[in-house]
Amino acid sequence: MTEAAAYDALAGEWRRRQTRRQAALALATAAIIAAFAYAGALDVSRYADALPTIAQLAKESVPPDFSRWREWGRPLLETLATGIAGTALGAFLALPLASLAARNAGAPVWLNEAVRFVLSAVRSLPGLIWGVIFVAAVGFGPLPGVLALGVHSTGMLGKLFFEALEHVEPGPGAALRAQGASRLGVFRFALLPQALPRLTDALIYRLEHNLRAATTLGIVGAGGFGLEIVTAFHLFEYREASALILVLLGLITTVNFFGATLRRIMLRGH
Amino acid sequence: MSMLHLVPTSSFPPAAAAPALSVDDLCVARGGRSILRNVSTSFAAGAVTVVVGPSGAGKTTLLNVLNGLVEPTSGDVFATELGPLHGAESWAALRAHTATIFQDHALIGRLSAYENVLLAFAESRHPLSLLPWPRFAREAAAKALEEVGLLDRAFERVENFSGGERQRIGIARALSRAPRLLLGDEPFSSLDPPLARRLGDDLRTLAVRKGVTLVLVLHQIALARALADRIVALNDGRVVFDGPVETFDDAAEQMVFTPPPSNRKGC
Repeated sequence: MTEAAAYDALAGEWRRRQTRRQAALALATAAIIAAFAYAGALDVSRYADALPTIAQLAKESVPPDFSRWREWGRPLLETLATGIAGTALGAFLALPLASLAARNAGAPVWLNEAVRFVLSAVRSLPGLIWGVIFVAAVGFGPLPGVLALGVHSTGMLGKLFFEALEHVEPGPGAALRAQGASRLGVFRFALLPQALPRLTDALIYRLEHNLRAATTLGIVGAGGFGLEIVTAFHLFEYREASALILVLLGLITTVNFFGATLRRIMLRGH
Repeated sequence: MSMLHLVPTSSFPPAAAAPALSVDDLCVARGGRSILRNVSTSFAAGAVTVVVGPSGAGKTTLLNVLNGLVEPTSGDVFATELGPLHGAESWAALRAHTATIFQDHALIGRLSAYENVLLAFAESRHPLSLLPWPRFAREAAAKALEEVGLLDRAFERVENFSGGERQRIGIARALSRAPRLLLGDEPFSSLDPPLARRLGDDLRTLAVRKGVTLVLVLHQIALARALADRIVALNDGRVVFDGPVETFDDAAEQMVFTPPPSNRKGC
C-alpha cells in the first residue's frame, strides 16, 4: 500500500470523526451563549450603575470595624464546629455507601446503581434546603446545620469516594481474592489503602467547602458566623461586615493551609 | 540463603497427601475469543511444572484458573483432597493454601514492603478489626523479607523500589503464606539471571522437600529447562506439549513457538 492508499483507507472515518467533534463544539458554544443571554448578562444597560454602587459600598466598608470582636468568638466556633461535625457525619455515612456503589468492590451492579441513585438524589437538594428542613425538624442553632451539611456531604462525598475507589489498581485486590480473602477483606486491605490519598483529598476539599457552607447556613437559622454577617448587612453596618468577612477569610485560609499540609503528608513520596 | 524454613515442617502433611491439581477439558473464552481450548493436564505435588509458550498463548489465564481468579467457560479443576472444585466452599479450601506470584507484582505502591507482605495474612485479621496484624504474621513476613534480602528496607514504600526488588517483595509475600500450591506468573522476569537462577533453585528445593505443588509460567526456556520436572507448553490456547523435561528437545521447542494454523476446531 502506498502512503496515499493507506491514508485513503482512513480518510472517510477521519472526516466523520472531525465533523462530529466540530458539531459538538458548535453545540456547546451555542448553549453557553444562550445561557448568558437568558441570564441577562448580554444586556449592557444592566451594568450602568454597577460600578459606582460597588465603589460606594467599598468606600463605606473601610476601615473595617473590629470593635465588637469579643462577641464573635462563639459564632465563629459554632461555624467551625458545624463544618467539622457535618463533614465527619457525611464521611461516616458516605464510605460504606461508596463501597456499595463502586463497581470494583464486589457489590452487584443493580446495587451499585441503586446506591448511586440515592447519592445523587441526596446531593441534588442544596445544603440550604436541607438546612430549612432540619431547622423545622430540630429547631435553631448549629445542630440543624450539622445535619444539613452531613446529609448533603453524604451525597457529594459518596460520589467522590466511589470514584476514588474505582481508580485503584486491580492487581492487589485480585491478589487478595486469589488467596481467599472476603469481599470486605479485599475492600479493607486492597481498595481502601490504595484509595486513601484520593479519599483524604475529597474529604479536605469537602471540609473547606462545608466551612463556607456552614456560614451561609446561618442565614436560614442554623446559627454561626453567617448570621453575624447577614445581620451586619441588614443594619447597614458595612464596616463591621467587612471586618467579619476578613475574619471569615482568615479562618478559611487557615483551614486551607492545614488541608494543604495534610494533603502533602498523605501524598508524600508521590 | 534458602527459603526452606519459611515453611514450618510441622504444619505440612506428608508429600503424598499434598494436593496435586489437575484440569480436565478446560475452556476459557473472553469476549468471543477463545483463550484456553480443551486443556487437560495435571500438576504433581513435590514437583515443578513449568508452563511455556508464546505470548497470548493463555499461560496466565491457565494460572488464574488454578487460583480461581478466572472462571472457566467449561471444564473442571480437580484437587486430590477436595475433588472437583465447584462452589465457593471448595475454592476457599484450595485458596487457603494457595499463593500466587503475579507478573505485575500486584503490590500497593504507597504501602511499605512490610505492609505488602503482611497482606498475605489478610484472612487472619477481621477486616473491621482495629487490632494490629497478629504476631505470627509479623514474624513470618519479616522472615520472608529477610529471605529475599530486603529486611533492611522493610519500611520503605514499594513505589521507591525497582522492578526487580518489587518482584522479590511479591515472592516474599507468596512464600510467607507457606503455601501448598504455589503459582508463579513470570516470577523472575525482572531479576538478573544469577538471582533468577538462585531464587528459582530455592523454589524448586522448597517444592521437592516440602511437597509443594509448584506451577511456574516462564518465558526463558533455558531457565524452564533448568527448573522444571515437567513442561506443559501452550500455543493458541491448546496444550501442544506435555511431558518430562528430558523429552522437551529442540524440535519440541520449535513446534511450541511456531504460529498455529488458523480456524482449528474446538471450544
